[in-house]
Amino acid sequence: MKFFVRRTGFFLATLWAAVTLNFLIPRLEPGDPAEALLSRLTSRTEAVDPAQLAAVRKLLGAPDGNLLQQYWEYLAALANGHFGVSYTYYPYSVTDVISEAMPWTLVLVGVTQIFSFVVGTALGAWAAYRRNTRTDSLITLGSTFLGTLPFFWIGLLLIFVFAITLNWFPEGGGYGGGSQPGWTWLFFSDAFQHSVLPALSLLITGPIGWILGMRNNMVQTLGEDYARLARAKGLPRRRIALTYGARIAILPNVTGFAIALGSILGGTVLVESIFNYPGMGRLLLEAVSNKDFPLMQTLFLFTTIGVLIANFLADMAYGLLDPRVRRKDAT
Amino acid sequence: MTTPGGTPVAAPAAAGDTEGVGIAALDAGRTHRMPGWFVILWRNGKCRLGLLLLAAFVLVAVLAPYIAPFGPRVDAFATSQGPTGAHWLGTTAQGEDVYSQIVYGARTSLLVGVVAGTLSTLIAMAVGLTAGYLQGFVDEVLSFFVNLGLVVPVLPLMITLAAYAPVKGLGLIIVVITVTGWAHGARIKRAQIITLRTRDYVTAAKFAGDSTARIITHEIAPNMMSLIVVGFMSSALGAIGAEAGLAFLGLGDPQTTSWGTMLNQASLGGAMTTGQWAWVVAPGLILALLVTSFTLINFGVDALSNPHLRED
Repeated sequence: MKFFVRRTGFFLATLWAAVTLNFLIPRLEPGDPAEALLSRLTSRTEAVDPAQLAAVRKLLGAPDGNLLQQYWEYLAALANGHFGVSYTYYPYSVTDVISEAMPWTLVLVGVTQIFSFVVGTALGAWAAYRRNTRTDSLITLGSTFLGTLPFFWIGLLLIFVFAITLNWFPEGGGYGGGSQPGWTWLFFSDAFQHSVLPALSLLITGPIGWILGMRNNMVQTLGEDYARLARAKGLPRRRIALTYGARIAILPNVTGFAIALGSILGGTVLVESIFNYPGMGRLLLEAVSNKDFPLMQTLFLFTTIGVLIANFLADMAYGLLDPRVRRKDAT
Repeated sequence: MTTPGGTPVAAPAAAGDTEGVGIAALDAGRTHRMPGWFVILWRNGKCRLGLLLLAAFVLVAVLAPYIAPFGPRVDAFATSQGPTGAHWLGTTAQGEDVYSQIVYGARTSLLVGVVAGTLSTLIAMAVGLTAGYLQGFVDEVLSFFVNLGLVVPVLPLMITLAAYAPVKGLGLIIVVITVTGWAHGARIKRAQIITLRTRDYVTAAKFAGDSTARIITHEIAPNMMSLIVVGFMSSALGAIGAEAGLAFLGLGDPQTTSWGTMLNQASLGGAMTTGQWAWVVAPGLILALLVTSFTLINFGVDALSNPHLRED
């Protein structure tokens, strides 16, 4: 029990640190992003809601008040869910813009990540089980050659072959001109067609990390004394591999998987940029090129909190799966 | 590296001969402090191939001005050409020689990989080993920073920093990659040292009165050799990939020729609609080849710490 209480405290401390980091980054940079953005916002023809301006100031750093005072106002704004107004999508608030893009990213990357993890871990375990055989070479070298290809480059090639040359799939975007987002069959089939190439580019390189990680861990565990003892006792090879090798070797992968799920935005920036996919990654790039600081900061904060929560859950899972961790941490 | 490197497949390579070369290398190693671990790496076939590949990349990077027929930014040629005798891989939309850019791009990738990889490995070792060995309060504080480093998503952080930064130099990219890239290695090394610190030989050293620093560097570090080398390789690889990704997104150093900027320009310059295969294929393929050489070397590194895997 003590283990879980401690981990929760740890989670809250890192959460605080991440929120503070998000506060500090724009203030450490030279220049005054808040002033620059405010002058651009107020120079618009339409009237700007003063409450929204205030939120922008709290997020990016207002010239008035000392740093501590600004920090309190920033925390209060976050607690109330005031993330400011997007410059690019004015007059929509940052949260509106993000909630529109989020489902696209969650579905595309969530599905491909889960698939990659399952396939990758299984293949890695198999390669370790048959290490230094032809199967091992085929899996590790094959995945190496596929997986070392930069995946944004694979995306380019996929567009080159399947969109431009063969014209099987659309070049990019989330849905075609004919359909509108909604609960219609037309929209879903259209969105699916548009997601085939981005998903493919993620799936080609996705499992590689899990394959190599699992193989290396399991080769290590199979070289341990307890595995040798199991061999000496004449236990079946398959049983040694599964209960002595894989069961222990999979632990780091489980932690890694939670972190990978949490860092969805990080992995999706490139693929969404190539395929012009309307998710959070493209939103981040758009925010960067338009110097839309409130949108950028909020996306960054959301991503960080996402990874934090995932990390916390991974810690919990590790504690449940591996009694050694729990015991060591409790003493 | 030179002794066995000259003739990988020597003509009269009978079993006894290779043994002789190995021992000679081992002996030479002792006198020149060429360590035994290199011999173990070299004996692994895949690893040897990886080392040779990497050596070729280093050679190309160092000798780039002699190998490349033109400067990377000389735009004196016909634009958007396919491969010809004069331009093996064609020319860019600005009329630069694609092949020359590929050659010079090796410099950027290797530089970023080596510098950022070394820096993050050093930070990871210092933090991970100290935290894992000392445990207690020090571990608590260091682990907090490791976790903080882990939770900050790398690419969004880099993009955010690049967006605010007034100058986008290669130095900035290296610093950002290092700052965001050390935590993973530190976590792995911490986990490893926790399992090593209770081993008998460590306890023996402790009772013999060795200092903590000596125990870490002399008793524990040698047993983590493979982990450290793998850590360096993955940091270097991550840095090379991150640079390429950032450059591809147009956030890299516009002054530097790298394979990432080449792909960015190929994508913007309409290489795909004009059917310039070579311009799109070459940078990605060469990047993949560099990554492959690292992975091949890792096969041999495995054998370093786990003697069961050695190919004798």
